[in-house]
Amino acid sequence: MDSSMTTLIIQGTFETLYMTLVSTLIAYIIGLPVGVLLVTSDSEGIVPMRLLNKVLDIIVNITRSIPFLILLIAVIPFTRFIVGTSIGSTATIVPLVLAAAPFIARLVESSIKEVDYGIIEASLSMGASPLQVVTKVMIPEAKPSLIIGAAIATTTILGYSAMAGIVGGGGLGDIAIRFGYYRYETGVMVVTVVLLVLIVQIFQEFGMKIAQKQDHRK
Amino acid sequence: MIRRVRNIKSNKTSQKPIIEIKNLGKTFHPKSGEVKALEGINLTVNQGDIFGIIGMSGAGKSTLVRCINLLEKPTDGSVFIDGQDISKLTEKKLRTVRYSVGMIFQQFNLLMQRTAERNILFPLEIAGVDKETAKKRTAELLELVGLPDKAKAYPSQLSGGQKQRIAIARALANNPKILLCDEATSALDPSTTKSILSLLKEINQKMGITIVIITHEMSVVEQICNHVAIIDESKIAEYGPVEEIFRNPKTEIAKKMIFSEGDQGSVVMGKNCYRLVFDENSSSDSVMAKMVLETKCLIKIVHADMKDIDGVSFGQMVIQLPEDELTASRAIYYLRSRQIGVEEVEIDG
Repeated sequence: MDSSMTTLIIQGTFETLYMTLVSTLIAYIIGLPVGVLLVTSDSEGIVPMRLLNKVLDIIVNITRSIPFLILLIAVIPFTRFIVGTSIGSTATIVPLVLAAAPFIARLVESSIKEVDYGIIEASLSMGASPLQVVTKVMIPEAKPSLIIGAAIATTTILGYSAMAGIVGGGGLGDIAIRFGYYRYETGVMVVTVVLLVLIVQIFQEFGMKIAQKQDHRK
Repeated sequence: MIRRVRNIKSNKTSQKPIIEIKNLGKTFHPKSGEVKALEGINLTVNQGDIFGIIGMSGAGKSTLVRCINLLEKPTDGSVFIDGQDISKLTEKKLRTVRYSVGMIFQQFNLLMQRTAERNILFPLEIAGVDKETAKKRTAELLELVGLPDKAKAYPSQLSGGQKQRIAIARALANNPKILLCDEATSALDPSTTKSILSLLKEINQKMGITIVIITHEMSVVEQICNHVAIIDESKIAEYGPVEEIFRNPKTEIAKKMIFSEGDQGSVVMGKNCYRLVFDENSSSDSVMAKMVLETKCLIKIVHADMKDIDGVSFGQMVIQLPEDELTASRAIYYLRSRQIGVEEVEIDG
């Protein structure tokens, strides 16, 4: 492997990290409130809103059931409209966010549902408003589980980002497809795979460690 | 002894109602039909009372206590706190009322991700108390419940009794007028239960906080309550001062609850068994021995239990009288003349 290839791989690594982290961040900005709303608006929740709950549930289910590769291609016009192009890592952020946000909403929903209802009831008995219950009880109490969820979400998005290489999405996946697949450069393929595995491991370990440290339940 | 009793009683003459429950009903609508959890409940709790609500599991007592702070919205009737009908308040106003009604639970319900200290800070944060004052108040409360050294401990590092003490401190943070206890000692061992109950009693006497206690254990009522309501099948079966209910339970359920306490089921009762009830007027010295000597009636003591309820020495005993009716009635007459309640125990089966 020559030096230009090395530069390309380093650049690809940064692109992958950029896509993954920015997409995760934006997807959380959408997914976290949606996940919280799914819990609170439930008929057993602290502010039951049946219609809202049903609508959110349906939207999340539909978007969750579209395979990422198809979503990636299907939203190309929308991506062009937002970013101006459908090629490159910034453009890939759009489908990544669309795919990840509902997934994150479900992760958040299940984390928050783990919080013992007794604790929520106790805070209501002290006169907490629904917003206070969310910000002071639900999210802080679910923190360890939310962090583990974030690690899972990040690694899933990383996997999706590699898929975006098919449509010229940039990053390590793009390199693997262009060189490893189209040009039979097995060496490049192996290096990108190893790098992807490494990044996933690092995110996973990091997430678990923080979650453990933050968990005061045991 | 008796003088002390009178003193306590005269303290409690401020018969000002603080909680009034009027014709309260609660019906749940699960998928199959409807369940009446509460029906036509009328109760008045006076300021400074330690009011016990006792019942078997499923009788509706937990729902009833949640109707007092409207964690459960009643389907009928109304709840007055300090003369204010809280079932008519807006959510926002209701939250302010809740600052003045503390609550503790069987499972403690502490925030697991917060230290003991920050758990006590929690209701103060909610009420928007400034940081300085809140910090001071937290330190005071930790002192009050006897755990100043556990400020930085997480709930998972505390024992059950310590958790409940922190929960009590948390419930008292906003200086409530009322403290609701939902089976607060049911998850604790007997000695811890005792210490938590005496802490509650201390809080009641020192700060004048009215306490409502939900329990299924008669021993809890005996130890600290001055009033009791017995709830059975969604209704109040009987209610009044503890001594009165104990001395003269009118309903079947009350008799059952009072009687089955202690050696549950281990009392083997034969024919001719009588329950004797002693109170401050009757339990003068060696009345039983004198009775045996004077009436020549040989009795067998089946079960005896003497307790101190709210300063009144109180007890009950089950004795078996001889078959001979004449001797037996002599004994009964003797006991009644010494102001001891005598009542035949019916044996089922």
